[in-house]
Amino acid sequence: MEILMAFVIGMLFMSATYLMLSKSLLRIIVGTGLLSHGAHLLILTMGKVKRGAAPLLGEKASSYSDPIPQALILTAIVISFGVTAFFLVLAYRTYQELGTDNTEKLRGTEGND
Amino acid sequence: MSLLHVAILSPLIFTIVVPIVYKFFRNVHTGWFILPLPVLLTSYFITFVSVTKDNRSIGETLSWIPSLGINFTVRVDGLGLLFALLITGIGSLVVLYSIYYLNKKTEQLNTFYIYLLLFMGAMLGVVLSDNLVVLYMFWELTSFSSFFLIGYWYKRDKSRFGAQKSMIITVLGGLCMLGGIILLYLMTGTFSISESMEFFYPNYVKDSYFIPALIFILLGAFTKSAQFPFHIWLPDAMEAPTPVSAYLHSATMVKAGIYLVARFTPFFGEHPLWFWLVSGIGLLTLFWGSFNAVRQTDLKGILAYSTISQLGMIMSLLGVGAAALKFSDTNDNYYLVATTAAIFHLINHSTFKGSLFMVVGIVDHETGTRDIRKLGGLMTFMPITFTLSIIGAFSMAGLPPFNGFLSKEMFFTGMIRIQDLHLYHLQTWGILFPSIAWIASVFTFIYSMVLVFKTFTGKYQPEKLDKKPHEAPIGMLISPIVLASLVIIIFFFPDLLSDSIIAPAISVILPNLLTETEAFQVHISAWHGFTVELFMTIGVLLLGTFLFLTREKWKHVYTIFPDRFFSTVYDETLKIAQNGSKRLTKLYMNGSIRSYLLYIFAFFIAILAATMVVKEGFKLELDNLAEIGIWEVILSIIIVIGSITALFVKSRMTSIILLGAVGYTVSLFYVLFRAPDLALTQLVIETVSVALFLLCFYHLPKKKNEERIRFKIPNLVISIGVGVIVTLIAISAHSTKLYDSIAHYYVENTYIEAAGKNMVNVILVDFRGFDTMFEITVLAIAAIGIFTMIKLRLSGREEH
Repeated sequence: MEILMAFVIGMLFMSATYLMLSKSLLRIIVGTGLLSHGAHLLILTMGKVKRGAAPLLGEKASSYSDPIPQALILTAIVISFGVTAFFLVLAYRTYQELGTDNTEKLRGTEGND
Repeated sequence: MSLLHVAILSPLIFTIVVPIVYKFFRNVHTGWFILPLPVLLTSYFITFVSVTKDNRSIGETLSWIPSLGINFTVRVDGLGLLFALLITGIGSLVVLYSIYYLNKKTEQLNTFYIYLLLFMGAMLGVVLSDNLVVLYMFWELTSFSSFFLIGYWYKRDKSRFGAQKSMIITVLGGLCMLGGIILLYLMTGTFSISESMEFFYPNYVKDSYFIPALIFILLGAFTKSAQFPFHIWLPDAMEAPTPVSAYLHSATMVKAGIYLVARFTPFFGEHPLWFWLVSGIGLLTLFWGSFNAVRQTDLKGILAYSTISQLGMIMSLLGVGAAALKFSDTNDNYYLVATTAAIFHLINHSTFKGSLFMVVGIVDHETGTRDIRKLGGLMTFMPITFTLSIIGAFSMAGLPPFNGFLSKEMFFTGMIRIQDLHLYHLQTWGILFPSIAWIASVFTFIYSMVLVFKTFTGKYQPEKLDKKPHEAPIGMLISPIVLASLVIIIFFFPDLLSDSIIAPAISVILPNLLTETEAFQVHISAWHGFTVELFMTIGVLLLGTFLFLTREKWKHVYTIFPDRFFSTVYDETLKIAQNGSKRLTKLYMNGSIRSYLLYIFAFFIAILAATMVVKEGFKLELDNLAEIGIWEVILSIIIVIGSITALFVKSRMTSIILLGAVGYTVSLFYVLFRAPDLALTQLVIETVSVALFLLCFYHLPKKKNEERIRFKIPNLVISIGVGVIVTLIAISAHSTKLYDSIAHYYVENTYIEAAGKNMVNVILVDFRGFDTMFEITVLAIAAIGIFTMIKLRLSGREEH
């Protein structure tokens, strides 16, 4: 399972990188979204998966999944959401003020001189 | 703090007084308040003569940074005292001269004297410090104060250019010297000069730091003393006021390098490289300076090149003098004469070059020009100045009855004797030394004559001069008169100096030759009989006179080498460095996010792949894997298809929906992996995110025709690289688990310690509640940020 997950995560990282190298601001944000999914899955997979019940004591199981990576990911999800939301609004405002979402056009050097 | 420390620091302390007296006593020339200080210092240092005469030295220590071995230790010995007397003595004369030279109404006298005092203190610190780090500190202070003084008329382009050039070159050398000092410390374990000299040469010559330290120290000395090819800053430094040129660029600062070479001769002197570098570069500088001086048309230009050449002469004598170390006997040490000549000429040069600069300053002051093509026939207007210039220039040319004659004779002696030295292959090359010395002396003779006769004799051309020339005020003449009389006095009574000043200085340069009770016997006399040296001088006189009289015919010979060749090299180097770095920066800092991301990702791939290969980090362990169910396979396929499709779709709407699909699939993974809280959060957040994306998308350009990502091979290569690296790291990390998880603690204690059954939530708010607090802060900041971005519109405000 972990090997399969490693490939899935690699795939996510690859697509994310490719999107982040594109010109459109929106695609870059989509890329960062994929990248954070990859990272979260990576954290989860690096703890052991599928070995025991959900980390709820009420289950009364003999073994539970590791709760620490889950707590870490929960924090990471919220933070990446906050950053993504900020980034999105930034992109939206950029477009409003400057009339483009093309990063090549956003560079100060072109057009200004 | 001893009196000696106070004496060294007194010029620096005194700078505080200068602006006060300048402000409150405007009617009196500020220089009068400064003058007592160097005079006092001179008389103070003269009292040390009785001490150093017996080859004793006085040392005083003031703790500064004892833990690093850096203390303000000062030591007065023969060599240091000689320089200290030059600095304070000529300093007094220069201050006196500057009082008449600089106009108190039109010049910023306060800054001038502050810089001059800074320089004087720094110079005293250089020559009297026993600690190398302190010496370096003062050394750089001389560079700085010299920079300020050259740029004193800062509104002139040339002054600023000259100041910058001298700064760059001398600081470059200073930094090399610092490197040498550090290497010396690594070799000897001490920063103290006197202590490191006790470590005798054979112990260190095999050290791998020995040669680099030697070269670095010499680089410092050569740049400061304007040796070939670092001499280029000195002619440009002539933009400084003439008192500054007389003081810094003839008598004191340029001799700091000489001091350094002399100081380190006991340590490095026996090495052949030291001999060849010091004497070879010295001779080259001597020749190049004298040859180029002849073509100069500016009086200060002539003097600048002449200073370069004379410094080369002293330097070559020090190099040759180091050969004396090879023969551990003072009684008939044949090669001692070179060191004696170096010290003697050092003194002589300070006297005649100082007076010549002052004379040139007077000519400039009284006629308004220093161009020898405009000058001529000033003899009748300025008889005293003319006499002074004759004394100075004839001494410089090496004619009797002036002190330059004595040192030049000794110089020839030293150069001739080097042929007999059966060392360093001198049997074959030794003949070069006297030949170059002789040729250079001929050029020296020519430019000395040019200096005097082109200025003071010949046709008087009043139409070319701005002012009607007349004799300078007596105050301006005092200093050059004092120096010129020294020139003559030293010729007739050279032994006045030999026992009191020269012999103690030599004993510092060549200490290994002396036993406890011995002292060097220095006897300088004007007449040796009919020796080779005398005939060489006569030859110089004859050929020089001939070449001077037929100078017009030889004019093109002096222009064989392009004018200011090395300065052009320097200018071009600076230009290339500037343009090159500009172009380099433009090349990679192109302002495109994509390029920067490419660099970052490429570096990421390279460093991780390299580490993995070098450390053989890749590992594959198949034992400890969870089984794969059908659901996981389906979800994996959905994620892979979703993320790959996102790369190719044309419409942004589709890519947003694909991102959403991937996100929901990830939450399904969380379900499969027994993470209910994660699944919940992921579902909610993915929904909100997609809504935000759509909101953003709604406002983006509608008409603009949407296009696919343009395919670029580097992007593909880099992204595949990133994917592969992450996969490999994930697999290897999973395959090498070193320790068990600490999860069992949480499983056991969640209910006992924290009274909760949901372990994830208890970790978030109890065991690791700090994280959560700051995560909330992050959300709050993001919310405030978003609100501000939307509400705050500063740029449009003026329009409304």
